[in-house]
Amino acid sequence: MSTQEHAATHTHRDDYGARMGMWLFLFTELILFGGMFLVYSVYRFTNQSEFHLAATELNTIIGTFNTAILLTSSLTMALSITAIQKNNKSLSVFFQLLTILLGLFFMMNKYFEWSAKINHGLFPGSDELLTKSSGEILFFGLYYVMTGLHGLHVLVGMILIAVMAGFTSRGIITHDNYVKLENTGLYWHLVDIIWIFLFPLFYLIT
Amino acid sequence: MENNNSHSQNSHSYGIYILVWLALVVLTTVTVTVAGLDLKTLTVTVALVIASIKSYLVITIFMHLRSEGKTFKVFVMVALLFLLVSFILLFADYSFQ
Repeated sequence: MSTQEHAATHTHRDDYGARMGMWLFLFTELILFGGMFLVYSVYRFTNQSEFHLAATELNTIIGTFNTAILLTSSLTMALSITAIQKNNKSLSVFFQLLTILLGLFFMMNKYFEWSAKINHGLFPGSDELLTKSSGEILFFGLYYVMTGLHGLHVLVGMILIAVMAGFTSRGIITHDNYVKLENTGLYWHLVDIIWIFLFPLFYLIT
Repeated sequence: MENNNSHSQNSHSYGIYILVWLALVVLTTVTVTVAGLDLKTLTVTVALVIASIKSYLVITIFMHLRSEGKTFKVFVMVALLFLLVSFILLFADYSFQ
């Protein structure tokens, strides 16, 4: 009888399954970026000196700064989940908005970085780039595709967190029902992990 | 309420996240410093080892894998193993060309 009552008053919920679904999606993302890292590793292996030369064009300071920004945004995302677990709604929303703001800073730095490159004539198919060796052309091709796709993920993550912040303030995400926020966090942390590998592989080739 | 055991139970305190963040920032500083030294071929090895340690911290603590069930851990291991095998097979091919 109690189960009947239960079914009548509660809609079915499976947080465990929801999280597992999210992890499975993250594995497809891992394969997507993993494939690109495979391409990168082979071209770096076959064009070592050209990759070193091309990497000197990248700004290590902006890269390091962006790494710190993204790591901090992962922290604020994790803190927002702890806040909602402790039933502190406004603090959770605050941390979510802070995460979006940090994502915005990251994208702004990316914008300035790409603009500087494009102003120097370094973009796929440019006359300037075509005068360089094939190894350098490959490096910049990979640089634009991989950091571009990563940037797209940051943008999607920011939109998702904005939706979650709306859900939290409207009471759809609560201290005992926050799996949506948790899954958004999982996505955001994956984007952070991808950057953890992109940063040394593009910016720190000395 | 009977459903409680399938609800989220991954809870951590604020403190551990701040500690992990500090560790991540320190490791980033180490990577940048090491890249500044001229270690030749060791540079990329050190960079990848540090990136792996950072990822491990993010996955276990920030992504709560430490407190997830065994199935999740096995899934992640299989996914990472698949990627590792892809790299090994690819380089086994390239190294003997």
